[in-house]
Amino acid sequence: MENSVIVIGGGISGMTAAGMLALQGLSVTLLEKEKETGGHLARWDRLFPDRRKASEVLDFAREGMKRVNLVTGVTVTDISRQGREFTVVINSPIPNPQSPTPDHETVLKARALLLATGFDLFEARKKEEYGYGIYNNVITSADLEDRFKLKKGILTSEGKIPARIGIVHCVGSRDEKVGNLYCSKVCCVTGVKQAIELKEMLPAAEVFNFYMDLRMFDRHFEELYYEAQQKWNVNFIRGRLSECAENPDGSIIVKTEDTLTGKPFKITVDLLVLLTGFVPAGSTGDIAGMLGLVTGTDGFINSADSHIMNNSTDIPGVFVAGAVKGPISIGEAIADARAAAIQLAIYLNSPTPADD
Amino acid sequence: MIDFGYTITKDRQLDYDRGDMRYYRLVQSLEPSVDVCMECGSCTATCSAGQFTEFNIRKAHTLIRRGNTESIKAELRKCMFCGKCQLVCPRGVNLRNLILAMNRAIELLG
Repeated sequence: MENSVIVIGGGISGMTAAGMLALQGLSVTLLEKEKETGGHLARWDRLFPDRRKASEVLDFAREGMKRVNLVTGVTVTDISRQGREFTVVINSPIPNPQSPTPDHETVLKARALLLATGFDLFEARKKEEYGYGIYNNVITSADLEDRFKLKKGILTSEGKIPARIGIVHCVGSRDEKVGNLYCSKVCCVTGVKQAIELKEMLPAAEVFNFYMDLRMFDRHFEELYYEAQQKWNVNFIRGRLSECAENPDGSIIVKTEDTLTGKPFKITVDLLVLLTGFVPAGSTGDIAGMLGLVTGTDGFINSADSHIMNNSTDIPGVFVAGAVKGPISIGEAIADARAAAIQLAIYLNSPTPADD
Repeated sequence: MIDFGYTITKDRQLDYDRGDMRYYRLVQSLEPSVDVCMECGSCTATCSAGQFTEFNIRKAHTLIRRGNTESIKAELRKCMFCGKCQLVCPRGVNLRNLILAMNRAIELLG
């Protein structure tokens, strides 16, 4: 109990923070709802901007977790706070040798909590006009990563090599119609990365990225966009898709405005990739509710201060790291998790206030 | 034909499936720096011809890029080759040669 921490969420942020906290001699328990740690990163093939393997980053994080008590396949059902102590109730529906008691609730105690529940991918079916789940040749950026990972080649649902591929930016982001006003930040560079990867695999294919702005916000991103244009001849069409339709042969008709010429634009593609954005993880709302934590109107957790207290919350002893606070890249999530671990360790090492 | 006072409005849509990409492919081979244009419009903002006419060098190049060369054939003659566009281009596109290349493509392909 003394100096014990519970980290909720075993994605890259939770794994990194748990590892860092354990290295500082704290007793750390990491709770993950899935059977395996890794979160979204485990599904990704290569990362922007240098296209290094996602598995290398994951292996590094796992290596750092040797001293962490890992509990997977569990959900948090209740959290309460008594002064400087937290009681966390977990439930394990799946029998799991690692969980304390299968099919049973377990009560854990901790001096501090770190929330790293991350994000869910926007459900592309909600943009029905783009045809995901209706037209076979409309896939998401995550589906494309699955195909990259399996290394089975890129084919249409009819088994043909696509001659033209469209990539749609801002699906579920910057869109009041689906309730998400915010920018998901990393889709732009993911779209450029995936365009290059597609051109590497299928040099004869024409690739079209449909964007509103290209937000190349970090180091080497703009250069990746330049490479996509100069070396790979990727086409960038500025305009948001209005709708898609399917031809009898399975190809997809895309309609947009080409805002750079001010004309309606129509093109047929053989494969359409939707860059789905971030939405708050379903579990974030549940846990925020248990703790009485404030979320923004976007559903992500608000930290105590967006500049100087970005890993703290309004509740003493409750810290946050990673995409639980909003869209973030892998590199940023790792840096943020390390910062959160330091803030949390400082909190635990500070004398207990008399009024607490 | 009897004139009933009705006209048919031509579709404004850019249909890429019917676009004629021969012009752009030739332009690209004559001036490869065109690939890195990011459509910022600096060229058009500084253009001497663009100050007094509808001439828009950025948009003209984009229309060729989309396979719609017909609409800009007459436009390109408005350029006076002063070269200010080239001085301001942040991506280093060789604009004077690009305009020559576009004219050349129209000359060769009709």
